[in-house]
Amino acid sequence: MKLLTHNMLTSHVRGVRPGGGFPLRIQATEVKVNNVDFNQEFVARMIPKVEWGALVEAAESLGHLSDLPHQLPPEYENNEDFLRKVHHVLLEVEVMEGILKCPDSGREFPITKGIPNMLLSEEET
Amino acid sequence: MKKLKLKELESRLQQVDDFENPKLLLEQYPTRPHIAACMLYTIHNTFDDIENKVVADLGCGCGVLSIGSVMLGAGLCVGFDVDADALEIFSRNAEEFELTNIDMIQCDVCSLAARTSKTFDTVIMNPPFGTKHNKGMDMTFLKVALQMAQTAVYSLHKTSTRKHIQKKADEWKVKMEVIAELRYDLPASYKFHKKSSVDIEVDLIRFSFEKLPN
Repeated sequence: MKLLTHNMLTSHVRGVRPGGGFPLRIQATEVKVNNVDFNQEFVARMIPKVEWGALVEAAESLGHLSDLPHQLPPEYENNEDFLRKVHHVLLEVEVMEGILKCPDSGREFPITKGIPNMLLSEEET
Repeated sequence: MKKLKLKELESRLQQVDDFENPKLLLEQYPTRPHIAACMLYTIHNTFDDIENKVVADLGCGCGVLSIGSVMLGAGLCVGFDVDADALEIFSRNAEEFELTNIDMIQCDVCSLAARTSKTFDTVIMNPPFGTKHNKGMDMTFLKVALQMAQTAVYSLHKTSTRKHIQKKADEWKVKMEVIAELRYDLPASYKFHKKSSVDIEVDLIRFSFEKLPN
């Protein structure tokens, strides 16, 4: 699971407040860094779409903050150095094994071989 | 990125492994490479909804549509499926093709929404047709897809249900265009199919929000 994907994931446990279940806390036991071709245009377009705070928090919890600032810097569109760091965090850092924990319900979702299992039992939906 | 020809795309997709033991309850019919390639090629060339986009593939199964999307330059494609066995094959496929801009999530597509709302540019899918045990499943998938997509949803539906889908699209205030009519040769994957393969007519439909936002 890449952190860009993580940034779009919410838990849907019943009873979670509206807008809740996000961001899922990551407890990783295995993290892998893969090489992904840098696509400046794509990364620049993704930045306004991601929840920046959640991304920074996730990267930090994995020990891969990669110097990302807590506040999004102004005029980043042409800052290649910055965009390369964001690219790394969004697409290259992957959680292979671990747990995602819902911040509201505490429900844990396992990540196995890089795939989070978000399935809920019938009672939970 | 190098332009991929339709024939090349199709022949590469022929190397994608399929379901080992298809599950009837989940309507696990494979998306044939020919159909997948035609579908993706049209989406890419006519509408430019793949390259540099974040794409979701709902009910991705073994991932043929996701893999094709990444071959055509998707920035990221995320496959969603309920079945761990299918995702394992998908994962192997992605590794064999050495594709990096791809991710998978095991979940029930019907329960997706909330924060996933409008986070994807494009949603592509070959949903369960909603026959047999899953009546209405195709429309449930479509509803979720429309919540997730910002620009467009591309989906395969039985031509025989076109009127019904148009009615729903009007109700949900989304624009619906049939962009291709295809013959889907359903191989006899399950024992109840008596003939060796059954052709059914399917529409490739593009749903978009040009008229009114959803």
